Amino acid sequence: MSKLKPQEEYEKTKAFRFFRWLSGSKDPYVGEVEMQPQKETEVPETTILERMFEHRMVRNKVYDVKNNKKLTFFHKLYVAAAIFFCIALTALLLETVSYLPRTGNAGNPDNNVVSKRYIEHGLQETGALNIVTGMILTYRAFDTFGETNVLFIATCCVMILLMLDEAILKEKEEKDDRRFEPRDDAILQGTAFVLCPFIFIFGIYVILNGQLSPGGGFSGGAILGAGLILYTSAFGFKKTQRFFNELVYKIAKITALCMYGIIGSYFYITGANGIENHIPLGIPGHILSGGIILPIDICVGIEVACTMYAFYALFRRGGL
Amino acid sequence: MNFVQNFPAVSILLCLFAGIISSGLKKKAARFVNTVLISIVGFLSLCTLIYVMGTGESFVYVMGMFPAPWGNEIRAGVLEAFTALFFCIIMLLSLAGGRKKLADEVEEGKTFLYYVLMDLLLASLLALVYTNDLFTAYVFVEINTIAACGLIMIRQNGRTIEAAARYMIMSLLGSGLLLMGLCMLYDLTGHLLMSNIKEQIKWVYVSGQYRIPLLVTIALLSVGLAIKSALFPFHAWLPDAYGYSTVSSAAILSSLVSKGYIFLLIKIIYRVVGFEIFYESRIVDVLFVFGLMGMIFGSISAIRENDVRRMIAFSSVAQIGYIYMGIGMGTQAGMEASIFHIFSHAATKSLLFIGAIGLTDVSGGSRQFIELTGSAYRNKWAGVTFTVGSLSMVGVPLFSGFISKLLFAQAAVQNDVKMLPALIILGISTILNAIYFMKTVIRIYTPVEERKYESITFKDMKLYVATLACFIILNVVLGVSSQPIADIIGQGLAMFS
Repeated sequence: MSKLKPQEEYEKTKAFRFFRWLSGSKDPYVGEVEMQPQKETEVPETTILERMFEHRMVRNKVYDVKNNKKLTFFHKLYVAAAIFFCIALTALLLETVSYLPRTGNAGNPDNNVVSKRYIEHGLQETGALNIVTGMILTYRAFDTFGETNVLFIATCCVMILLMLDEAILKEKEEKDDRRFEPRDDAILQGTAFVLCPFIFIFGIYVILNGQLSPGGGFSGGAILGAGLILYTSAFGFKKTQRFFNELVYKIAKITALCMYGIIGSYFYITGANGIENHIPLGIPGHILSGGIILPIDICVGIEVACTMYAFYALFRRGGL
Repeated sequence: MNFVQNFPAVSILLCLFAGIISSGLKKKAARFVNTVLISIVGFLSLCTLIYVMGTGESFVYVMGMFPAPWGNEIRAGVLEAFTALFFCIIMLLSLAGGRKKLADEVEEGKTFLYYVLMDLLLASLLALVYTNDLFTAYVFVEINTIAACGLIMIRQNGRTIEAAARYMIMSLLGSGLLLMGLCMLYDLTGHLLMSNIKEQIKWVYVSGQYRIPLLVTIALLSVGLAIKSALFPFHAWLPDAYGYSTVSSAAILSSLVSKGYIFLLIKIIYRVVGFEIFYESRIVDVLFVFGLMGMIFGSISAIRENDVRRMIAFSSVAQIGYIYMGIGMGTQAGMEASIFHIFSHAATKSLLFIGAIGLTDVSGGSRQFIELTGSAYRNKWAGVTFTVGSLSMVGVPLFSGFISKLLFAQAAVQNDVKMLPALIILGISTILNAIYFMKTVIRIYTPVEERKYESITFKDMKLYVATLACFIILNVVLGVSSQPIADIIGQGLAMFS
């Protein structure tokens, strides 16, 4: 015969809570999670009237629509011209496409020595099973370095637009951050707790296997960045900042790009001067293979993850 | 392989490295890195220029282990090296001239980003100049566009945000057309490398197979780059972008960014499509007509403008029109005149922007003409500089503008069909130029009775005056000793084909 627990002790056990949830007598979130009903954004009628009045005033005073027939005419002309331009351009391009060589034809100009060498000798020359990665990171490595810098400069421009000063940032900390969402959402946190490790591991897997399977630095980095974003939206910026703050971001980004630059420069300059390249290609199919592809993939992955997270953080909060 | 041959690639890589490292630096360190970088790149370009002139032929530099058509390549000839050197000089001077003003215009915490953008802009300009591969060109066109947007909006007020948005929309339209052109070109030829495409295009053209796609491709490439460099009907983004951004940005955007695209277009004409095929396509006539229209309408808009910076900006529309008119003549002489005008306009327009800021600063920051009255007495050096720039733009002998007008006229005379319109419009445009520039010069030298604003002394602006002096010297050098530069241009164009 089992011992009967006193009622107070029984109420603390998981079984009690489970049966309570099963019978539906208590919602587990009520009282545990901060919940706010979604408010409809209310706009008082006076504001609407004010706005309409302003709009009308701008039309009448600034543009002087009634008397300024020329302007009205030009407005209409612009719309008509834009529509005409789009239709004409579309028609022209469609017409042109019909004259282009048919896709998949063996005799097309683009089935030439270039793609032939990529396909036939790509494996020997780059050591990468994935021809696409091999092509963009060794044959056309300079273009890809430029492309990575496009991401870098895009982050710089978003920073110019959205980055706030430290002082303002502290002041508005968490103020209007989570407008309709509950603080410490248990569902989101539980999901993120389970999912984040897998997302990070999958991202790292995609980056490290760039030379072996579809993927590589750009896609793997995007996965890592998505994981970071999920973590941040579940646990808030304070927890993320314990391991990923502005300093870490800067160090990671600059190190990754500089490493890429150094590896790239070594590759370009030795290649151009006919000096032997000392980076071993490895055995195709192994994880440590592909010469410069693996280190470059790692650098690109870090840069892309940083960029994704920086975009999110800048848009949401105005700082990292 | 000679050691000097590494220099073009090294200078592009150095710029990228400098940009990356500057993003972790403070304002002053970033500025220092930027100044050192531009000087080093200028020096490397000078070495390349001397080397290429010594050997008398261009060289190709393989970026990596794999030769063309499989890998990336860059290529340096006389014209490329000279353009790179010239761009470095203009960029250094523009940044030095606007340095003091920058503190008022850009937030303290974001100044380092300004230099990051500058480093990357220089990288992209160098890559556009040196590239021998169309896709590399496209990648760096992207960097150039984003950097230019950033440079416009870094001075944060409503006007610049709007200007940046406009610039971005127009510029992305241009990039899109350019990319479509590149895709079609790849479909027709199966190559991305300029020299290989040219061989293939010759073959395609002779076989007569893909006439229509080829024509559309050439049109897309030309129109895309024309939008990005503000040829007349596509110039709507220009006055705001140049008029309200920081002064260094305005000088650099007008004299370098748009010129980079024109240089790429010239490269495409010579090294991708081939001069004869491009001429046969009759796209040149379209460029010619729009160039002429730009010369007139740009000047008329400038006359009607009441804001000195916007007036200079509209003058750019007219000058871009000159360059496209030269390209549109479809002759070697016209092309040489255009390239000379690229240099002459770059030198003069940056000088005008930097000079105008000195004048507006002593007029309470106002850019309206009425406030500028007598400002040349309050800031003598800026007054002299602005006058020199105006005289050069109008085309007075001794200054660079005269030589380019002379070259345009000579080129027009050699072309019997286009001679009459070109000469007439050149004349009208010169008169219109004179109207608005001389109007400004007379106004800034009109004495005023009441002393509303303080004069400025030499002590406050040593760097600024030194910059102005360098600008004037550069302008006079271009105007007086134009023959060596014209020789370099001729030699460079010969190396293109």
